[in-house]
Amino acid sequence: MSWLSPALKPIGLIWFDHFLTSSLGKKVIMSLTGLFLILFLMVHLMGNLQLLNADGGESFNKYTYFMTHNPLIKTVSYLLYLFILLHAIQGWRLWAQNHHARGGQGYAVQVVRAVGTNGRVAARMGWLGTIIFVFLVLHMWQFWFQMKTGNVTMVLIGEVEHKDLYTPVVAAFSNLFYVIVYVFSMWIIAVHLWHGFQSAFQTLGLNHKKYTPLIRFLGKLYSVLVPLGFALIPLLVYGQVQGWWSVNLSLTH
Amino acid sequence: MKLTLKIWRQGGEYKKGQFVNYQLDQVSEHMSFLEMLYVLNEQLISQGKEPVAFEHDCREGICGACSMVINGHAHGPLQGTTACQLHMRFFRDGQTVTIEPFRAKSFPVIKDLVVDRSAFDRIIQAGGYVSVGTGQAQDANAIPVEKDQSSMAFDAAACIGCGACVAACPNASAMLFVSAKVSHLTLLPQGKVEAKKRVLSMVRQMDLEGFGNCSNVTACEAECPKGISVENIARMNREYLASVFSSEED
Ligand code: HEM
Ligand code: SF4
Ligand code: FES
Repeated sequence: MSWLSPALKPIGLIWFDHFLTSSLGKKVIMSLTGLFLILFLMVHLMGNLQLLNADGGESFNKYTYFMTHNPLIKTVSYLLYLFILLHAIQGWRLWAQNHHARGGQGYAVQVVRAVGTNGRVAARMGWLGTIIFVFLVLHMWQFWFQMKTGNVTMVLIGEVEHKDLYTPVVAAFSNLFYVIVYVFSMWIIAVHLWHGFQSAFQTLGLNHKKYTPLIRFLGKLYSVLVPLGFALIPLLVYGQVQGWWSVNLSLTH
Repeated sequence: MKLTLKIWRQGGEYKKGQFVNYQLDQVSEHMSFLEMLYVLNEQLISQGKEPVAFEHDCREGICGACSMVINGHAHGPLQGTTACQLHMRFFRDGQTVTIEPFRAKSFPVIKDLVVDRSAFDRIIQAGGYVSVGTGQAQDANAIPVEKDQSSMAFDAAACIGCGACVAACPNASAMLFVSAKVSHLTLLPQGKVEAKKRVLSMVRQMDLEGFGNCSNVTACEAECPKGISVENIARMNREYLASVFSSEED
């Protein structure tokens, strides 16, 4: 039974309610929302890489303009916010339930052996996820909220007025504290996905001699490369601002 | 050899427990772990003290009764062995051996190292069987079974219901046990008949018993004395999803 049951019962979907509240159903929600977030992160990274185009932010501002004006993408973005919340809330609930199921008395000698994944990471998904959540709140406040509340200047690209998001991003990435927080968070996401990527497939029952080794390989590749890609951008920007290197980023218009 | 034993002592389910240290001076490396505990109990009885309660039955690794956590590992540090089949040659002279009961909300401690694992029985009652009309025994080969399928079913059937998976899981999840039972039956033609109903009701009972949810930590497979694979969990997840959406059951 869940808070959805009164709505689901009259339309004959009580079985679906049972499913959603079963231990397996709860995990299916984690898995599907997690996989959606994995897909999203890849698209997000491709957008962010526009920051490295040495055109004073033109391609990045065009990209953000596109993302905020295309109706399909706008719809998907609201779905994204919903899924992040669903993933986080469900994750916290699972964390609490699992903690409760273990009972009050822990083991005096604690060891986690595992097969084909890192058991210590797998047992700490709740902590890792919570750190990611805190980062996401900060991240949304810093970029999304500022953008929505119009705390940005406008630039002309061609004939069209664009919000200049490039300048605040570069400003944030010039701040050592923010760069450290950002890079640390990417590392946490990498660790979360080191276990999470393959786990999502196992949860859906997608375990097969022929495909599982490939899924595990892609999972490791993804969880290293994508967070690394995100982390490189602030590092490159910060280094250039400090004059440590010049990677040909024209940081001003 | 000499050993220091650090053992969890608890008078009953609602009593407070604590660790008590014991010294054993003459442990032979040829003893089994349970024999070593007997030596300790003899010593305790001769001192007029309460012996350590622990469970055992077959002593050959097939009944699953000898539940205990030894140095942080369910059934001891040696992989693929039950506590009753563990021998003292795997321990060092002078070592401290910590012995704790299985820890899970759904496996309450009855006394010392003995826990109540009847939650597993209720899960089996919920669907871990095939219904057979009694009558003449039919010819054993009347139903053809493909060899690979029967081997996989046999691997799953090797589960002895010991509960080490629950004890080892940070979430106290019973997924490995339940999935072994589901797999064992669903892989065979006789089990296919009630497959959808079975997986739904066994999972429902598992949830009712208050076991945790699976995070795919795989500690269960690593600690399972019978090496039951988490592939069975994936199979159960598939079966469950298919049954939820296609069966007539609520
Ligand atoms: C960058 C964003 C995130 C991505 C891409 C992501 C991805 C994933 C994936 C793929 C899984 C595996 C699902 C499964 O085992 O079936 C997972 C599990 C988990 N995630 Fe996230 N996640 C993200 C953020 C978060 C946040 C913000 C939380 C907040 C609490 C969180 C908490 C958890 C927990 C607790 C689990 C383990 C669930 C379990 O197996 O019991 N995640 N995540
Ligand atoms: S799956 Fe392994 S650990 Fe779990 S009950 Fe069966 S034999 Fe014991
Ligand atoms: S006593 Fe039967 S398995 Fe150990």
